[in-house]
Amino acid sequence: MNSAVLINIARFILLLAAQILIFNNINFLGYINPYPYMLFIILYPVNGNKYGLLLASFFLGIIMDMFCNSGGVHAAACVVLAFCRPYIFKFSFGLSYEYQTVRLNDVLTPERFSFILIAVVIHHFVLFLLEIFKLNFLPEILLKTVLSTIFTIILCITIIYIIKPGKR
Amino acid sequence: MQQIFNFIFKNSHRLLFLLLLGISLVLTVQAHSFHRSKVISSANFLTGGVYEQINSFSEYLRLKDQNEELAIENARLKSLLFNAKDTTSIPKIDSIKGVDKVNIIVSKVIHNSYNSQENYLTLNSGSAAGVQPDMGVVNSAGIVGIIDKTSKNYATVLSILNVKSQINAKIKKSNHFGSLVWNGKSTGFVQLIDIPRLASVRKGDTIVTGGQSVIFPSNIGIGTISKIQIDNETNYYTLTIKLFNDMTNLGHVYIIKSKDREEVLNLEKKENE
Repeated sequence: MNSAVLINIARFILLLAAQILIFNNINFLGYINPYPYMLFIILYPVNGNKYGLLLASFFLGIIMDMFCNSGGVHAAACVVLAFCRPYIFKFSFGLSYEYQTVRLNDVLTPERFSFILIAVVIHHFVLFLLEIFKLNFLPEILLKTVLSTIFTIILCITIIYIIKPGKR
Repeated sequence: MQQIFNFIFKNSHRLLFLLLLGISLVLTVQAHSFHRSKVISSANFLTGGVYEQINSFSEYLRLKDQNEELAIENARLKSLLFNAKDTTSIPKIDSIKGVDKVNIIVSKVIHNSYNSQENYLTLNSGSAAGVQPDMGVVNSAGIVGIIDKTSKNYATVLSILNVKSQINAKIKKSNHFGSLVWNGKSTGFVQLIDIPRLASVRKGDTIVTGGQSVIFPSNIGIGTISKIQIDNETNYYTLTIKLFNDMTNLGHVYIIKSKDREEVLNLEKKENE
């Protein structure tokens, strides 16, 4: 076991616990909840095993679904985000992202911000689309997506700054 | 054959993605239909256990409200007791099972949800305490929902704040029946539909359960009318009901177990055959 795997497992458990214990109970204005557990998918190593990422995202989502009684909506949203992740990398960091050392948990640059923004929007849109599951509620879906996205992004960036490994 | 294997190896990442997405979509569709999958629900021992631990902490923060609520209910019951007619003069009617129709199981909400369109609560008593699907759940203020799934020690409740929920209800003073549904918008209001136009309704009228199903006994409070609309095509009222209950803050609840349930269901089954 190398340390990268251990760090990822720890991140998986801690983010899930924080989501269920704290962030699921915020209910700002009655229905707006942030979902920073998806930070696991964002922070997964860039060149890590992509099959591992897909499977881990699926289990991350399905555990969330168990706690939220929501069928498979979180699992679907996480899997879609995990699958789209390389394309978002390509969009935000340029074509040759695999050869440079992209580090997300560092000072916020426009590239990093755009990556997090696109990832959160994709995840939340799929999530609320499947959760509401009716197209005539499209305005509600979009409103929920936008409000939750703002909330999640603020929290994600805060968490990245807090758990940033000390300067070496 | 060779080409099939090549295709699978080449696209294995995409295929795995499609497989996982397929599983989640199937679970999602199941969750939106009436029969939900039993595994992915918060009534299993892992999620139920975690919620019970969380609740044992957060319960302390609400003790004062809970006590007040219980004291109010005690006062109401006391007033009923003291104002009862002289019991000795009333003939006993248990020979036709006229009175003793329901059992009450006390339970506690360990997880509440009200921010999505399909909300489920989790209770800390399950089939070991005699809880079964399709029993009614109420608290001191009014109705809460209907038991959906049970495990040994936990149960999930289909909240009245769920677009799938449909409960028989009536206007207290005129006995006109309708269906109680939720449009998924506000947590304080539900809708009563299919009230015929000839019913006289006024703002502030009380809505209670109808007692046409075996789930709830009649005359349990639901709320008061806050807005009246009429559908010109069907000539039925759509009433907006302000709930007595604050669904965002639930503590102790009572599960209603109707003793006649089996008998009524068996009879209706025979009728349909």
